[in-house]
Amino acid sequence: MLDMPRIEIEKCNGCGLCVGVCRCGALVLIESVISIITTYECHWCTDCELICPTGAITCPFEIVIE
Amino acid sequence: MSPGSGIMAAEIEILKSISYFSGLSTEELNSITKFISKKTTERGEIILLEGEPSVEVYFIVSGAVKLFKTSAEGKEQILNIVRQWESFGDVAVFDGALNPAGAQAMVPTMLYSIRRNDIEAILREHPQVSRNVIQVLVSQVRHSMSLVEDLSFKHVIDRVAKILLEYAGDGSGNRPRLTQQEMAAMAGTAREMIGRSLKSLEEEGVIRLDRHRVVITDNEALKELAGANA
Repeated sequence: MLDMPRIEIEKCNGCGLCVGVCRCGALVLIESVISIITTYECHWCTDCELICPTGAITCPFEIVIE
Repeated sequence: MSPGSGIMAAEIEILKSISYFSGLSTEELNSITKFISKKTTERGEIILLEGEPSVEVYFIVSGAVKLFKTSAEGKEQILNIVRQWESFGDVAVFDGALNPAGAQAMVPTMLYSIRRNDIEAILREHPQVSRNVIQVLVSQVRHSMSLVEDLSFKHVIDRVAKILLEYAGDGSGNRPRLTQQEMAAMAGTAREMIGRSLKSLEEEGVIRLDRHRVVITDNEALKELAGANA
């Protein structure tokens, strides 16, 4: 399954800033609750994590040795 | 109530939330509304250019704005994310010099702005605003001083290299993942420095950023960098 940014719903205040900054349409706000759409268009820019004021959305990196 | 007075009431409510105007009475806020200009910006729109003169202070009513500097090589360094009710563009307006940083809307953003001459008039007539502006500028100075400390760039890269080596796995998911915020906390730096450090390591060919993966492509070089911090 494609990795996508992670959301902690209890921290989300429904401000919608992440939806505004997302360039690939992976984030939607439905009745003030954020939801993620799995899409290959998400290139892990992490702008959603940067702009979230509550830390509700995170983009963790997996570190691997080639 | 006429539509005009409704709009003014809404403006006064917004001004109440802005730090510059904290503690002012409704009558005082009412006298300030005539100085306000309104602007809406699209995501990505450049509001201020680094190195250009500026004659307006901006206040964010909704949305978020990124303040950044760009190096001669075109590298961007984020200085701050300005959020609702906060201001930007203050420095160039108060000292009359050029913008020290660029400003770009991160999302569709609504702004209020006040021109330099009008800000000066407001400061003369409302001493409380002067006190508020001092608090705002002091807060900006503290933030900048913290960033200057973090911008000991060489040492940040070494610490980031060490963290990457410590948390590297074989791709089977047996090691915990790290957000940039977590890496920043471990490295004792700001989140903004992590993104820049990772890009720098990628440019050097030591790692490759593959979506949600940091792939260490030159383990020996990374160990050498990490060892520099030992």
